[in-house]
Amino acid sequence: MDYFVLIIAAIFVNNIVLAQYLGNCPFIGTSKESSVAIGMGLAVVFVATMAACITWCVQQFMLAPNDLDYLQTIAFILVIAALVQFVEMFLKKVIPPLYKSLGIFLPLITTNCAVLGIAIICQREEFSFIETLVFSMASGFGFMLALVVLASIRERLDLARVPVSMKGTPLGLIMAGLMSLAFFAFKGMAS
Amino acid sequence: MITASVLVLFGIGLTAAVILAVASKVLYVYEDPRIAQVESVLAGANCGGCGFPGCAGAAQGVVDGKAGATVCVIGGDEVAKNVAAIMGLDFSSVEKKIAFVDCTGGTRAEEIYEYQGVKDCRAQHMLYSGSKMCPEGCLGYGTCVTACQFGAIAMGPDGYPVVDPELCTACGGCEQVCPRGVITIWGMTARIKHLNENTDCLAPCRQRCPGQINIPRYIEQVSRGDFAGALETIRERIPMPLSIGRVCPHPCEGVCRRGHVDESVGINMIKRFVADWEMNSGQRLPISCAPENGRRVAVVGGGPAGLSCAFFLRRLGYSPTIFESMPKLGGQLRYGIPEYRLPKSVLDWEIEGILGLGVDVVTEQLFGKDFTLDSLAEDGFEAVFLGIGAWMNMTLRIEGEDSIGVETGTEFLTKVGLGVDTGIGKRVVVIGGGNTAIDTARSSVRLGAHVTMMYRRTRDEMPAHIEEIEGAEEESVKYLYLAAPNRIIADESGHVTHVEYIQMQLGEPDDSGRRRPVPIEGSESLIECDTVYTSIGQKPELSCLYDENGACTLEETRWRTLGADPETLQTAIPNVFTGGDMHTGPALVITALGEGRKAARSIDQYLTEGVPHVSSNIQRELIPYTMFTDVPDVGYRKRSALPHQIECDERMCTFKEIEGPLSLEEVKHETCRCLRCGLTCYNRDMVEGQECQAEDCIKNP
Repeated sequence: MDYFVLIIAAIFVNNIVLAQYLGNCPFIGTSKESSVAIGMGLAVVFVATMAACITWCVQQFMLAPNDLDYLQTIAFILVIAALVQFVEMFLKKVIPPLYKSLGIFLPLITTNCAVLGIAIICQREEFSFIETLVFSMASGFGFMLALVVLASIRERLDLARVPVSMKGTPLGLIMAGLMSLAFFAFKGMAS
Repeated sequence: MITASVLVLFGIGLTAAVILAVASKVLYVYEDPRIAQVESVLAGANCGGCGFPGCAGAAQGVVDGKAGATVCVIGGDEVAKNVAAIMGLDFSSVEKKIAFVDCTGGTRAEEIYEYQGVKDCRAQHMLYSGSKMCPEGCLGYGTCVTACQFGAIAMGPDGYPVVDPELCTACGGCEQVCPRGVITIWGMTARIKHLNENTDCLAPCRQRCPGQINIPRYIEQVSRGDFAGALETIRERIPMPLSIGRVCPHPCEGVCRRGHVDESVGINMIKRFVADWEMNSGQRLPISCAPENGRRVAVVGGGPAGLSCAFFLRRLGYSPTIFESMPKLGGQLRYGIPEYRLPKSVLDWEIEGILGLGVDVVTEQLFGKDFTLDSLAEDGFEAVFLGIGAWMNMTLRIEGEDSIGVETGTEFLTKVGLGVDTGIGKRVVVIGGGNTAIDTARSSVRLGAHVTMMYRRTRDEMPAHIEEIEGAEEESVKYLYLAAPNRIIADESGHVTHVEYIQMQLGEPDDSGRRRPVPIEGSESLIECDTVYTSIGQKPELSCLYDENGACTLEETRWRTLGADPETLQTAIPNVFTGGDMHTGPALVITALGEGRKAARSIDQYLTEGVPHVSSNIQRELIPYTMFTDVPDVGYRKRSALPHQIECDERMCTFKEIEGPLSLEEVKHETCRCLRCGLTCYNRDMVEGQECQAEDCIKNP
């Protein structure tokens, strides 16, 4: 039951992008087409889960025993950067179509604060390894959900005649804001 | 503490580095070094105007062959030259492309949906699968106009986009947003190689033309006085507008929508006018060709199919050589069609123009005897086009057929074409009802003979063109309908004296849909004559394909023609292609010309891609919903008639050309009669009695 609440909270109540405002850059950048949004979302799920698990190990077995908690941010960035590089090489070799469709956005995950944020939240909440695994995966899916919903809206908006000054990113940000307001309705359902 | 911090970070970094080093070895993917080279010479603006996601994507596209050297739409010639150098291309071979609007038909069709505020072509297409009557045509909301970053597209007064060729960079932005494929980025080679597809804007005339000529477009160009442009449009599909303008039975006119109002537009007469305009000017218009790629292709047969194939191969950059068994090129156009329909001087001028592009010719070389497929391969020809026509005559299979004075129509016409003695008598019987039979009869009249044509069905079933039948009648050719030869009677010296024939009556329809003639017993009669010409059908002479052991590596169909893929014209031997009468059996000249282009296209694909192919959406039959006969709001306008150059009495003793070209005024009149049809739309603004507006027609004659 705890895990179910954890998942619901991560996806809806504390959505990493719409409630915690992390990862806005790739959120706006990759939400123009649904197909790209799905690919990016899956990549974030994968990287966020892997990163949270590895950083959990780094925190528990290297930083905490040596009282080096203040190195948490820099050590996590190092781990995530290496992990993303690895994922990039892996996708290029094994799933070239997904690699091509992600294009420039895959390296962007390196500096994606959503991934780093998930890893740090797991430590701050003092999750166990299993909880870290479940929470990070659910958070990744929360990011993916927000991304796909926004991409669908923007595809539809692309067909409408809107003022030129509002086209693209401005309208995307407005829609993201409205979505964020909508997700605030989940507040209080779980913590 | 500091030491521990440094060691921990160093340890994490070292572990990550080792893992990545191992992964880079294991997961290594080869990347073409040219991608980086191409990217380094592009403009670097990452504008996306080329349709690729940034310059890196464009470089990848160039190396993958998805884009050409002109991929960078803002780089200009300098960037294109550098990209071409990296890719090992000759910069001069970089073809100019431009956005081309295919939907230019008449007034837009009515809207059939109530719009819901979203005025965008893609929205209409997505939400309603199309908001206008025509399922393929332009929706007219101008999404392409807003997509063009260079201001090269504007919405024209008729509701479809108009491209400014000066501003168009062929970036493809408009092509990507158009949901109907109305706008395409095309260059010369793409236009030559395109086969009609069901999603193209095909007016009935375009659908019916065996040569797939863009008829509405060239008529529209003539109406603007752009005769050179009209000829270029025609020559994208056929190389011989002069000859076709004279001999084509114009099947296109049979489905012309104006025919449902009054009479069809004189499509072929307009074609002849612009072709004559070029010849009479004495100067040939330049015909664009791709630079020679040094690859040689043998074209066996110098008839319409062979000439067409060689013409288009040359335009696609190949070096074709035509091998012809007769002294001169032209095939049936020269040796089968009489001078009075197609003067030899006109044919010579036209062939000279084709050869002038860089086509080699070897005459009086017989395939199967003087050279073979093997010898052609040894001589360095990478592909072969076989188009030797259908010169073998069907026989009557009746008694006395081998008498002196009995000959086939094609043999007679060939002698006339060569200018040798024909041995024709005074009283001639021509057996048959096709165009060759009529040509034989009318040529005989000109040589001073009294001619009777014998045909076993009625006049309505005659396969010859009605104008030819009437022309022969005017020249005093007598017709004997419902009569079939029974036997040929000869005198002691073996010379023909009479043809015994039997009267026929029409029975039930046969496979061809025509009523089968049935003999009436006891109705035999005699007709006196000293010459008999038979013209009951021809077939290809395929014995040249067999070696001395009687073996043949190619396939023969049950109609005794050369078997090939009907779409690609590739035979059982991969690098051998065919077309024209050799493939179809006796057919129209325009069909042979069309097959020549198809074969050239397939040869190009075979030599560059390894396999010839066609789209799955090829238009084969007339598209049913475009064949409506109700054409309201169109005023009656009388069709022009081709003037006779010489009168009937003179016609009977000279081979001078009979029909002349239309005058400029008449051409203007004819182009105004064109309804500028699309699939379902047509120009309906002509009301009864309204004169064609001069400014709509020829401005710069």
